[in-house]
Amino acid sequence: MTADAKRPQFAAKELEEVRRLQSLYPDKRGALLPVLHLAQDTFGYVSLEVEVYVAGLFGLTPAHVHEVVTFYTMFFQQPKGRHVVAVCHNLSCHLLGAKTIIDQLTERLGIEVGETTADGRVTLLSVECLCACEQAPMMQVDDRYEGNLTADKVEQILRSLR
Amino acid sequence: MTDEKIFTRNFHLSDSHTLRVYRQTGGYSALGKAFQMEPAAITEEMKQSNLRGLGGAGFSTGTKWSFIPKGSTAPKYLVVNADEGEPGTFKDRYLLERDPHAIIEGMLIAARAIESHLGFVYIRGEYVQPWRIFSGAVREAYEAGLLGKNIQGSGFDFDIVIHRGAGAYICGEETGLISSLEGKKGWPKLKPPFPAIKGAFGQPTIVNNVETLAAVPHIINRGAEWFAGLGTKSQGGTRLYSVSGHVVKPGVVEAPVSITLRQLIYDRCGGIRDGRRLKAVVPGGSSAPILTADEIDVTMDVDGLKNAGTMAGSAGVIVMDETVSIPEALMVVARFYAHESCGQCTPCRESTGWIYKMAHRIVDGKGRKEDLDTILDVAKRGAGTTICAFYDGAVGPYISYIEKFRDEFEALIRSGGGA
Repeated sequence: MTADAKRPQFAAKELEEVRRLQSLYPDKRGALLPVLHLAQDTFGYVSLEVEVYVAGLFGLTPAHVHEVVTFYTMFFQQPKGRHVVAVCHNLSCHLLGAKTIIDQLTERLGIEVGETTADGRVTLLSVECLCACEQAPMMQVDDRYEGNLTADKVEQILRSLR
Repeated sequence: MTDEKIFTRNFHLSDSHTLRVYRQTGGYSALGKAFQMEPAAITEEMKQSNLRGLGGAGFSTGTKWSFIPKGSTAPKYLVVNADEGEPGTFKDRYLLERDPHAIIEGMLIAARAIESHLGFVYIRGEYVQPWRIFSGAVREAYEAGLLGKNIQGSGFDFDIVIHRGAGAYICGEETGLISSLEGKKGWPKLKPPFPAIKGAFGQPTIVNNVETLAAVPHIINRGAEWFAGLGTKSQGGTRLYSVSGHVVKPGVVEAPVSITLRQLIYDRCGGIRDGRRLKAVVPGGSSAPILTADEIDVTMDVDGLKNAGTMAGSAGVIVMDETVSIPEALMVVARFYAHESCGQCTPCRESTGWIYKMAHRIVDGKGRKEDLDTILDVAKRGAGTTICAFYDGAVGPYISYIEKFRDEFEALIRSGGGA
C-alpha cells in the first residue's frame, strides 16, 4: 500500500501500533501526539485529510486534531523536503554566529527560511533553542544534531544530503 | 567547597547508559533500600535533604510529594519533565543519554513514595537521540524485572510510558505538559487545583524534572544529611550548570550550589574567549534577569540568585563578552517569547508580540525615544496577571536588559534618528 497524505490509510501493522499506543494511556486520547508522529512518518506530512483520518481513530473532531497539529512546530502541514535542516537562532547560537550559518544556507540552497528546494531535497528552517548550546552554533539535520558549525562543516553536511 | 560528583560521576565511562555499567557503579541499590522504607519516610528524607526542583521553579521536592492526598485509592501518576527547552539549558539531555538508569531508579523511588504505579516521561520531540537511548534503558529495566509487576519480589508494580512532545516550549510548564500529555494543545491550566490534587487525566500527579529525579537514588543511598551538607542552608546538593556563549570551555559543569558565578565562569569554564572582557551573564536560562560583569560575585543557589534580583531557574548560564549588542540580544530573546507564547492569556499573547516588534525596530535603527519606557510599562503591567509563569519569565529579560543597559539602547535609538 502506498502512503498517500491525500488518501491516508494505515496498514495493519500501523493500526496495531495505534491500538498499542492508545492502550498505554488512562484515556486513549493521550496517544494523539504519538499517533500524529506515526502518521507524519507514514504519510510524509499531516494534511487535512490525515487530520480527519486520525480524528476518526480517536473519536475526536477534526477540529480538535487541527488545533493540536497547528499548535506544535514539528508537524508539517505541507509536503516537506527529503531532509529538514533546522538552524537554532536563539541566544547562545546567535552569540556564536547563527546568522552567518543561516545566510550561508539560504545562499547555497537558493531558498529562504521556511522554504523547500525545487528538487524536494531540503527544507530549511530557523528554530528556537534546541538545547545544545554547548555546541553553538548548531542545527538539527533530520534526526541528528550537528554542532560547532563552521562554513566548511556546513558545506560537508549539505553535500551529504541526497 | 566539595568537588563531589553525583550527576556526572559516570559520564566519562563508555556505555554509561547501560544497565551493566549502572549496576557496576552501585546502581539500583537505593531501590532495595527504598522498598524497605515507608513511603512517608522517603518523602521525609527528600524534605530533609533540601533537594529543590532543578527544572526551574526551585520548589522543595519532598514538600511537593507530600501534597499527594493520603489514603486515596485513586490512581496517581508520576510525570518526568524531560521537555527541556529553556534557552541556554542542555543538562537533561546529558542525563537522558549518559545516565538514564539514574532517572529510572529515581522514578521508582518517587513512585514508591507517592504510591504511583504509572509514570510518564515527556521528552521533547526534537530529542530523538536522547529518546532512543532512554527507551533502550527502559527496555533493559523491564527485561531485568526492574519495571513491571512485582518488581524484585517487592510486590510493587510500576510501568513507564515514554511520550514524545512535538515542539512547543510551553509544554515544559507542568500544567501545559499535562495538557499535551492528554492529547491537547499545550495550554497551561489555572492553579489551584494543583497537579498533586488534580493533574494528568484528572488524577493526582507529581511532575518532576529529570535532574531532580536523578538526585533521588543518591539521597536514599547516602542520606539526606550528606546531600544537604553539599549545598547552602536552604538548598542541598550539587547541580548541573549548562554554560554556553563566550566562555573558553562551554559545557555541563557539576558544582555545589554554593559556587559563585565568577568561579563558574573563570575557574570551571576557562574564562572569556579570545582574551576579551565579560559584559553580561544570564545565570538561569533566558527567563532569568541579566547580570552585568560586576554582579557575578553571587552564589548560584536559588536564594543567592533571588537576592541578586535574578533567578537560578534551570541553571543555564549564557555568557556574553564585550562585543555583544544587548539590544540585539533582547531582540533575539523577545522573538523567542513572541513565538512561544501559547496565546491563551491576552497580556502575554499581545505583549510578547508587540515587544518583539519594538525590539526589532530599535535594532533596525527605527526606534522611537518612547519605546523603552513603553516596553518597561507593558512588561511591568502584565507581570503576574497570567495563568502560568511564562510571561513573568519574558518580563525578566525585557526589564533587566533595558534597565541595566539603557545607555546602549538610547544610543542606538539616537543613531537611528529617533531621539
